[in-house]
Amino acid sequence: MAQVIKIKKGLDINLKGKASDVLLTGGKSDSYAIVPDCYDGIKPKVAVKAGDKVKAGSVLMYDKSHPEIKFVSPVSGEVTAVNRGEKRKVLSVVVKPDAEMAYEEFGKKEVSSLSRQEIKEAILNAGLWPFIKQRPYDIVASPADTPRDIFISTFYSAPLAANFNFIIKGQEPDFMTGLNALVKLTEGKVYMGIKNGLSIKLGSVETVGVEGPHPAGNVGVLINHTKPVNKGEVVWTVRPDDVILIGRLFNKGIADFSRLVAITGSETTERGYIKTIAGCTIKSLVGGKLLSSGEGRVRIISGNVLTGRKVEEDDYLGAYDNQVTAIPEGSDVHEFLGWAMPGLDKFSASRTFLSWLIGKKKEYTIDARTKGGKRAMIMSNDYDRVFPMDILPEYLLKAIISFDIDKMENLGIYEVAPEDFALCEFVDASKIEIQKIVRNGLDLLYREMN
Amino acid sequence: MKALRNYLDKIKPNFEEGGKLSMFRSVFEGIETFLFVPGSTSKSGVHIHDSVDSKRVMTIVVISLIPALLFGMYNTGYQHNLAIDAHPGFWMTFIYGFLAVLPKIIVSYAVGLGIEFTVAQIKKEEIQEGFLVSGMLIPMIVPIDTPLWMIAVATAFAVIFAKEVFGGTGYNVFNVALVTRAFLFFAYPADMSGDQVFVRTDSVFGLGGGTVVDGFSGATPLGQIAIAGKELIGSFHNVDVLGHTIGTWDLFVGLIPGSIAETSVIAILLGAAILLFTGVASWKTMMSVFVGGIFMAGVFNLIGSTVVMTVTPLDHLFLGGFAFGAVFMATDPVTSARTETGKYIYGLLIGALAIIIRALNPGYPEGMMLAILLMNVFAPLIDYYVVESNISRRLKRAVK
Repeated sequence: MAQVIKIKKGLDINLKGKASDVLLTGGKSDSYAIVPDCYDGIKPKVAVKAGDKVKAGSVLMYDKSHPEIKFVSPVSGEVTAVNRGEKRKVLSVVVKPDAEMAYEEFGKKEVSSLSRQEIKEAILNAGLWPFIKQRPYDIVASPADTPRDIFISTFYSAPLAANFNFIIKGQEPDFMTGLNALVKLTEGKVYMGIKNGLSIKLGSVETVGVEGPHPAGNVGVLINHTKPVNKGEVVWTVRPDDVILIGRLFNKGIADFSRLVAITGSETTERGYIKTIAGCTIKSLVGGKLLSSGEGRVRIISGNVLTGRKVEEDDYLGAYDNQVTAIPEGSDVHEFLGWAMPGLDKFSASRTFLSWLIGKKKEYTIDARTKGGKRAMIMSNDYDRVFPMDILPEYLLKAIISFDIDKMENLGIYEVAPEDFALCEFVDASKIEIQKIVRNGLDLLYREMN
Repeated sequence: MKALRNYLDKIKPNFEEGGKLSMFRSVFEGIETFLFVPGSTSKSGVHIHDSVDSKRVMTIVVISLIPALLFGMYNTGYQHNLAIDAHPGFWMTFIYGFLAVLPKIIVSYAVGLGIEFTVAQIKKEEIQEGFLVSGMLIPMIVPIDTPLWMIAVATAFAVIFAKEVFGGTGYNVFNVALVTRAFLFFAYPADMSGDQVFVRTDSVFGLGGGTVVDGFSGATPLGQIAIAGKELIGSFHNVDVLGHTIGTWDLFVGLIPGSIAETSVIAILLGAAILLFTGVASWKTMMSVFVGGIFMAGVFNLIGSTVVMTVTPLDHLFLGGFAFGAVFMATDPVTSARTETGKYIYGLLIGALAIIIRALNPGYPEGMMLAILLMNVFAPLIDYYVVESNISRRLKRAVK
């Protein structure tokens, strides 16, 4: 391993409810859906209508501004609904699965014999392109670009995150093929972050050891510590779970969206991994596995507690998510004089509660309350302590809020994604919605620049 | 607690928009969030939040002020007893001081919070807790004989013109408590300096009456240094209110005349320990202020042409409001430099400026208040250059 990155700034939130490395039963979903809101930078145009028969890999919708980016059905069956919200905004395209799965045939291909263009087309046609994201802007990559480098982080460091070593078991050949395909898409290198201590030998891929507390495993940290993004440069990022899907496409010739999803969180009764297909219902994953079923008592999150999306059982698994987390909602908790109590059981990155006495081994159950009112930025060092990049988070945020484009560029807006600010939002005593500010800033800037 | 919660839920509609008591919405909300942690859950972004909020942070600061406050109360009684040659015992001494200080705390909170509630009501915002700290600081940094009405006027001025007009907690340029102190000093100079205001010689609520002994002088050690002539270089020493010599140790313990809570370095260091341990205050700012003060005092020692220039660096740190300012005022996160590098520069300059003002200005013996207020102005400039250096470093990276 050529390089090791040691991260000091950050915070591991030791939550109760880690998934053990076992397979659970479940995952049989009675409907599957594509949810456009999962994909940033996409204007959906639906290509099917209710009643259409589709195979796994048939196009359901595409991007208006890049029609070559296709979104395909993860299963074969019948389109049952195209749900729309206000101003006819597409909310979801729902497919009811057949008993027997039928796949669109894309043809097995040997990656080494394909050109860059052929690989791009193969990934685009099979509907796997949306899994490739780009920085700047943290949106679905534009197929017209050739990225400077491609970054993958196999170190999931977020609270209760899935264990990639378990996910990849038995999938190694597909993963390798996926990596080889990505290597062909860039002029530069494919960098892969690996939790330090593991050694994986991969010919053409540059592996980088990473150690330290979350967000050490965020791909943004990997980029910032290897080859940061400068103005005018484009890099791509892919999640390792999706590298497997890309590899599978070339090895088997079909768009097979099956993946492992970790069931985690203090409010689940069984914790482990479920083999399912992208776009399944949340119910198929956590149905019958939740602790208290009282209405509104449990918050289900597609993804992790820092960056995930709040969902109900009838909603669908997020496109990029390999984890579902259930935590207490907490809206019925009324703590008396909470600001004055010693707080032995309260998790805090600061030492303002006596819980620091207990040490880091204790597992906490944290509910979804914000635990304070929204204020102006008061404390000045909190963000820096959990932001391991050569960027001044507070000043970048202020530049975004005032939408000062020069300042944003100079302070590093092109390098960051909302997820990089998740811990800042967690520790913030002023309870500012930081990820939302960053996402809006990136979207506004993208519109301004294009 | 359940009954209280239910009662609050029952009367809540009255205070909401359109309710018959909606003009007291900010008061109700303030009390409700004071009693119970808000049950509202996250709508976007992270689903879990750190338990810390600004109420907790402010609470920690107030707790860290308590040792200095209690000591200040005791010292008020102690100095009073020296002045009238009374020996009422520890508790009576403390109670005298307590009764003398308490009205100031009440006035400061009543005026400040009154304005905060009103503004929150007008702006339809949540009540913010910044004044919990300012309101405690104000009575701690004034001389004991400051009239209550002056505290009321100064507090109102500071809260309105140093804070609310800038947008409230988190937006103010100047430290609110120090603006109060500066307002008092410049608006009522005769009542805020000199030998008469730092030791209370009258009785409080009928307690502790007596006649002042012969030879009493209420001059603070800093005041004594400021008026000492050049002929005393080398032979000058501080004295207590009865004329006995006092040394560095006495300055450290703090049973000397001065503003109410600034005298005891021991009590202040206790507070500093709480602030630093909880991470609420920045050790970088705090340490730099002391380093800057030691450096500048050392420089003046080399010149040594007046009595104040010959004061040792250690004595300078223990004298007057230096330690109190370094620990509780300079570290105010809102008005101090916000970048990590900036905090070193900010602190060093405060320490150095405070000693320069002490040594070189003829009128006012203490320099800490003006040093911090002046650096409050420069803090954004310091940050600006730190941010610029980050930008240019990042640009160089791109060129490479």
